[in-house]
Amino acid sequence: MSELKLELKEKIIEQLNLEDVSVDEIADNDPLFGEGLGLDSIDALELIVMLDKDYGIKLADPKEGRKIFESIDTMAAYIAANRSN
Amino acid sequence: MSSADYKIKSYCHIRDGKVSKNGEVLFSDSSEEFSAFIKATYKHFETDYSKFFKMDNLSKLAFMGAEVLLRDTDEKNIALILSNRASSLDTDRKHQAAISKQSGAFASPAVFVYTLPNICMGEISIRHELYSENSFFIFAEFKPHLLSDYANDLLETEKANEVLCGWVDYDKGKYDAFLYVIAKKGLLPLDTGELTKLYRTK
Repeated sequence: MSELKLELKEKIIEQLNLEDVSVDEIADNDPLFGEGLGLDSIDALELIVMLDKDYGIKLADPKEGRKIFESIDTMAAYIAANRSN
Repeated sequence: MSSADYKIKSYCHIRDGKVSKNGEVLFSDSSEEFSAFIKATYKHFETDYSKFFKMDNLSKLAFMGAEVLLRDTDEKNIALILSNRASSLDTDRKHQAAISKQSGAFASPAVFVYTLPNICMGEISIRHELYSENSFFIFAEFKPHLLSDYANDLLETEKANEVLCGWVDYDKGKYDAFLYVIAKKGLLPLDTGELTKLYRTK
């Protein structure tokens, strides 16, 4: 699981163009939106595409993303339980 | 106030690795790649705006031009009239490439949102809290008289107190920005000859 969390942090930094943010600066339970990393609605869409493209997970209801994308912890747990690749 | 009385308050060039304001070079960088140059520009002007790095190249170029001209002003009723040749073609190509992949096509929402040239004006408006009128024109070349006619109308009808106008073009790594602010008081007379001369200034 810790490998997956590290992978997610690297992907988020690269794909969401988080300049001057390093893997070490993202705690596993940091909020990804709002006060935490400050991601926005377009970032949320990018994360939904990332789940599909990299892990074969299609979110039927984008509203599900709110809970899944709360933190690296919640993302990793959801991916581990639902991934198809 | 007649249109003949309006002035060019300030102007900015971003081209050939240089950023200048009112003819004075404020920053230069030898980076050959636009991405490195514009990032260095962002850092040089100590711009604290993390969303800058999510923008496409056209928006980064327009954003930094506006930053140079508007960062020290308190005026908020500034309309925007920009123009270019390549529209958002550079980003359009990226989107096209993403959706054309044989092995699994995934459009990137972050790329797709920039597949219109006027998005760069949205970025400027958000940054400077402008709720003003704006328009983006696609021309084969810089046409100052058309932009001035529109700007004059906005100023005469008091829809705006100032107008940020100009040319901001990006395609395949080539970039050229010439932005200027039209106001009631300023440095230079507002006329087509003056604007053409300034635009061509190296």
